[in-house]
Amino acid sequence: MARTSRHEKKKTFSNIGETTPVPEHPSLEEVYEETPFSEAFWTYLNYVMLNIFGWFRDLLRNARIENRKGSAENNPTGFVPLYQSYESFYTRNVYQRISDCFNRPIGSVPGGKLDVLERVTDDYNWSFQFTGNKITSINLGSYNYLGFANNSGHIAENVINTIKTGGIATASTTQEFGTLMQHRKLESLLAEFLGTEDAIAFGMGFATNALNIPSLVGKGCLILSDELNHTSLVLGSRLSGATIKVYKHNDMIHLEKLLRDAIVSGQPRTHRPWRKILMIVEGVYSMEGSLCKLPELIELKKKYKAYLYLDEAHSIGAMGSRGRGVVDYWKCDFKDVDVLMGTFTKSFAAAGGYIAGNKDLINHIRTTSHGTAYATSMSPPVVEQITSVLHLLLDDNEEHEGHRRISQLAWNTRYFRQRLTKMGFIVYGHPHSPVVPALLYSPSKIAAFNREMLKRGVAVVTVGFPATPLVLGRVRFCLSASHTKEMLDEVLKHAEEVGDLLNMRKSKLNPKRPFHQTEF
Amino acid sequence: MTRGDIESLATDFYDLLESFKHAPVYHLSFEIFLVLAVSWLVFFRKPRPIEKKLTEKEKQELIDEWQPEPLVPSVDPNHPALNVRVLDGIVGKTVEIDGRTSLNFATFNFLNFVGKQRIADKAIQAVQKYGVGSCGPRGFYGTIDIHLELEERLARFFNCEEGIIYSYGFSTIASIIPAYSKRNDILFVDEGVHYAIQKGVEASRSHVKWFRHNDIADLERLLAEQEILDKKNPKKARSIRRFLIIEGLYVNYGDICPLQRMVELKYKYKYRIFLDESVSFGTIGQTGRGVTEYYNIDRQKIDLISSTLEYAVGSIGGFAVGSSFVVDHQRLSAQGYCFSASLPPLLAAAAIEALNIMEEDNTTLFETIMDKSKRLHKKILSIKGYIVNGDEISPLKHLRLTNALNTIGRLEEIVQFAQTRDITITVARYLSDEHRLPEPSIRLILNVEMNDEELEFLCTVLQEALVKVTT
Repeated sequence: MARTSRHEKKKTFSNIGETTPVPEHPSLEEVYEETPFSEAFWTYLNYVMLNIFGWFRDLLRNARIENRKGSAENNPTGFVPLYQSYESFYTRNVYQRISDCFNRPIGSVPGGKLDVLERVTDDYNWSFQFTGNKITSINLGSYNYLGFANNSGHIAENVINTIKTGGIATASTTQEFGTLMQHRKLESLLAEFLGTEDAIAFGMGFATNALNIPSLVGKGCLILSDELNHTSLVLGSRLSGATIKVYKHNDMIHLEKLLRDAIVSGQPRTHRPWRKILMIVEGVYSMEGSLCKLPELIELKKKYKAYLYLDEAHSIGAMGSRGRGVVDYWKCDFKDVDVLMGTFTKSFAAAGGYIAGNKDLINHIRTTSHGTAYATSMSPPVVEQITSVLHLLLDDNEEHEGHRRISQLAWNTRYFRQRLTKMGFIVYGHPHSPVVPALLYSPSKIAAFNREMLKRGVAVVTVGFPATPLVLGRVRFCLSASHTKEMLDEVLKHAEEVGDLLNMRKSKLNPKRPFHQTEF
Repeated sequence: MTRGDIESLATDFYDLLESFKHAPVYHLSFEIFLVLAVSWLVFFRKPRPIEKKLTEKEKQELIDEWQPEPLVPSVDPNHPALNVRVLDGIVGKTVEIDGRTSLNFATFNFLNFVGKQRIADKAIQAVQKYGVGSCGPRGFYGTIDIHLELEERLARFFNCEEGIIYSYGFSTIASIIPAYSKRNDILFVDEGVHYAIQKGVEASRSHVKWFRHNDIADLERLLAEQEILDKKNPKKARSIRRFLIIEGLYVNYGDICPLQRMVELKYKYKYRIFLDESVSFGTIGQTGRGVTEYYNIDRQKIDLISSTLEYAVGSIGGFAVGSSFVVDHQRLSAQGYCFSASLPPLLAAAAIEALNIMEEDNTTLFETIMDKSKRLHKKILSIKGYIVNGDEISPLKHLRLTNALNTIGRLEEIVQFAQTRDITITVARYLSDEHRLPEPSIRLILNVEMNDEELEFLCTVLQEALVKVTT
């Protein structure tokens, strides 16, 4: 829920609780403005109305006064119903009304601009038809942080050559005959990029977490996981069989307390000492836009002899002066993080995930991971895309493309965030994170903002419950290095218009100002 | 109670009071003191605590003393996973290893679509239109029109209402099962299913009842037991869903499931069938449509058919087809679909072209592969000393040595020897925590474009290897 920007100093056991300042980023704080009372009130009222109408419509449907839309089960009698009727209450009555805002099909490269395929519905979102038109819009929805989603250029040429010489797939698992020279080359480049001893790559980011956490921890181990961790981390933790404790988001004091209590009291009931303690955090949290407090985590890790698992899905390539993720951003040592995990879907515009660390760790994963034993290895053209991007990013020359894109993204982030905040929007997250959530609160605004922006030629992602807390629906802008200043200005102007239409610009910390009066 | 009893009680009480009046003071005070002491002991004394609270100093000592295990145990450097062969070039009908070309009987390339020119061309076109990655999950601008086309084509191929694609073969069935089956539900699962299904079953947290591999009698026994439990508590039984999870052609065994009987039992015991056709898609049936075609069973009776695009189709990813009612649920509840980026467009384009080839060809490819599988089966049976597991029409066979000779060491020797003669085969690799670890075996996979000579050569090499290993 919303927090105030200053909390009382709680008793701490060490120097934890203040974000460790780093020379080039003095006193940068994440500000989470409190929810205005009026917004909370109207949002709850909104949900109550939706529920009332939902019950009423369900009544009509059950009494057959209204036609039951959507597909029905065609199984003969005697079978237990496949879905619980309550589970689908939310889907039928709330989600279905705004479902045209999600799953929008596109027909082009998901670059700085994209073509959204126009859909119309004549039965209130139960079914869609394509009109055949394409709406070219500025793309603030895709995870294309460094702008490498391209269908031309020398990287695309490399990929096309690989399709000709390497095939599309290997149809074999990594432990059998699926390892190609390209995979080994990718892994060694990745290890060089991250400054670790070795790395291993998999074909899917979600599966990298879900299939590898079980090889690291098992019964008798403790996992300390952040409140807002991604589903893949939660699934991996559950499959491993370890005990899971959740600490409040980015709250290092709570984490330290949990660590101390865990080591002192041991496993539940038997009180045996824990075999291992693993702290799982993400670099950048995709719904809040916040950064993990890495220096403090490393301090805690060293003090209590725990292990640290860092999921850099959204931060690899996007954070840090050399694009090497949050470890680079906070200027920490790569060797201090035990397990570095990341994905290739976001900044590298490919698909897949990796784990990097020291040689023993990677060897262990090679032998015991579910991914290497049973899943087919990565597709060669996708590997080529990642390798080409890595070559560009390894090049430290400031004139060259890799560094240029990293700087462009950093500039875009600061520019967009500052102007958006000064215009009066309530924005969450760290000032340097390329994920920018602006609060909308109510479900009807979620739908309205999305549709209005698309009419004006901007494609955005709006999310509500259950991905976010009930009252805190938001729009999440994902910035990219392929956005120019002109594109961002256009987006800001449209956001100003729509923000006024929906009465969104209610920040008390930054009272609302028109676009042309905000400077950077 | 009679009047006389009441009277005697009253007199006793009167006598007691009189005695109090006449007792000496010290006696009375002593008695009162005893009564008070006993009541204090019984009611007011606090029980001694079982554990004393730890002091800060003791806690700090515990924290300082605690030593965790190393994050990972040490690994044997001779483990086969650390010494894999690294290949170069296209892994098709032949592979390049150490500069030599050898025949490939090890990868799941049943229809030899890996490296096909037509498919490569379509993939190149897709890169030129869409780039490589889709940069988002299906819900947030990651749905590309080519995904919708592939889903529609798959549904049409299987003559079902709707299809859904996933970006990774392993995650497909592992995400599908937990989307439908929750904590209170019951899963009847064949013991021989592959690892991804086992993980899906684990993630669902449902009650699992394993039945012996392909043993219908064992399944019927479990179903009958469950029916008895249901009769005892009919109200609870009405809220428990039941599912049967089986594979069309088992990857770990090579044999086909007895689907007809299972469909009959479905209507008797009221469970739903999830059929995983990873291996049987594109290899079994006259037009490659799997075991439902082979047995001529109406596909509407199977609730969900899931498969992979990584074996016969030669691309990456997985899919599921079924009625709209069943499949649509996954779009919001399957974790591997909602929370993961979508399939790169070039891989979807490759899959569509592969489907085109399968549909144009209609029957030739599939008749050929079934025919060659039968021939290979006969040939290997004629080599004394090998046990072949798997149906004769199955293109995937497990080769084992007889009885006590069947160890991983000997099988690896056979594989190494075969490699020196330019035949690539592989020992099937499993993790140690499989539900029922199969016996060590060589997994032999037939490529449809192998000709008779090459099959003969394979058998010759196998025979020589056997001689070398058993002497």
